Amino acid sequence: MSIWEYANPKKFMALSTRALPWAVGLTVVLLAVGLVWGFFFTPDDYKQGSTVKIIYLHVPAAMMAINVWIMMLVTSLVWIVRRHHVSALAAKAAAPVGLTFTLIALLTGALWGQPMWGTWWAWDPRLTSFLILTLFYFGYMALWAAIEDPDTAADLTSILCLVGSVFALLSRYAVNFWNQGLHQGASLSLDRQENVSNVFWLPLLVCIAGFALLFVTMVLLRTQTEIRARRLKALLARERVA
Amino acid sequence: MTGRQEFRGLKGLKKQRRIQVILLAVVALIAATGLVGYAMRDGINFFRSPSQVVQAPPPPGEVFRIGGLVVEGSIRRGEGTEVSFAVTDTNATVPVRYSGILPDLFGEGQGMVALGRMEGDTFVATEVLAKHDETYMPKEVVDALKEQGVYVDPKARPES
Repeated sequence: MSIWEYANPKKFMALSTRALPWAVGLTVVLLAVGLVWGFFFTPDDYKQGSTVKIIYLHVPAAMMAINVWIMMLVTSLVWIVRRHHVSALAAKAAAPVGLTFTLIALLTGALWGQPMWGTWWAWDPRLTSFLILTLFYFGYMALWAAIEDPDTAADLTSILCLVGSVFALLSRYAVNFWNQGLHQGASLSLDRQENVSNVFWLPLLVCIAGFALLFVTMVLLRTQTEIRARRLKALLARERVA
Repeated sequence: MTGRQEFRGLKGLKKQRRIQVILLAVVALIAATGLVGYAMRDGINFFRSPSQVVQAPPPPGEVFRIGGLVVEGSIRRGEGTEVSFAVTDTNATVPVRYSGILPDLFGEGQGMVALGRMEGDTFVATEVLAKHDETYMPKEVVDALKEQGVYVDPKARPES
């Protein structure tokens, strides 16, 4: 029994179909609890007032925007090395979800920056590399759509994903390399817990878990759709020949 | 699919060669990123600290950003929206003059970043941004201070 067995489309379909109801349920519960807790049952911050509540959308979305790209990198590399089609399709399925997280993070970041920093946008290293990551998401999806042969598309998008990882990692670690930026440091390093009061920290953790599970749910669903679409294409092709 | 055999990209390669190609690509990417980062190591910083400005005074008229902590007790309000204050990284202090609306988080002992130019010894700002983080201590500024070994907790710092 090896993990690679789940690269078999049939096995993947069976497992994901069984896992999906649980993933959906947990996502709904975690997101509902985390967001309601965060928005309605946390005190106002002593400095930022209630503006701080946008953290419950901004931080999980930005984290997932970067994590999704890393997940796409891993599945792309699995595709290149082991040629599992499910792996390539999972990367393809993840991209629009990751792009959505990225746009949520950009939007909430602007809404947060305006009252706090005094600007919607600044060409800070972290913000800039995150914007480039957004463009990579668009480019990645466009490249998938532009190439007809699915294996060629998977190969080339995998390489694009590898290159884009530079900016995914930069937007996470830029604050460590260049400490003179506008954006704050890592919100969630482990030593951070003593700085963030638990009243804010616990609902934030729930929201992050909720966003992560939301992604798992979406990616399972979308990968299933991709697999079915490919099966359909194969069926139609066979019918034309017959 | 075409029947061409001359070049088929990654598809024409054996597994081991594909791994080699990817490893090579990763090494090249890391090298490229490292070189770009090294070449731009000074240009990537969003702002300059007061020490940097004092040590290497920018040419007159150059527009740049200065960042640091607002010195306690240094904020003086003038006519209308005019305001003057001093920005410090505890090593060096630069007076700032500004006319405009300040962000909510702007305050004494807080981190801020201003865009503008030097006029004599005074920094004349056209835009002032506040820095914040969840600790309510400007971590980046504090890191910059720590690097110079002169970090003092701004909350514990005596009124200067």
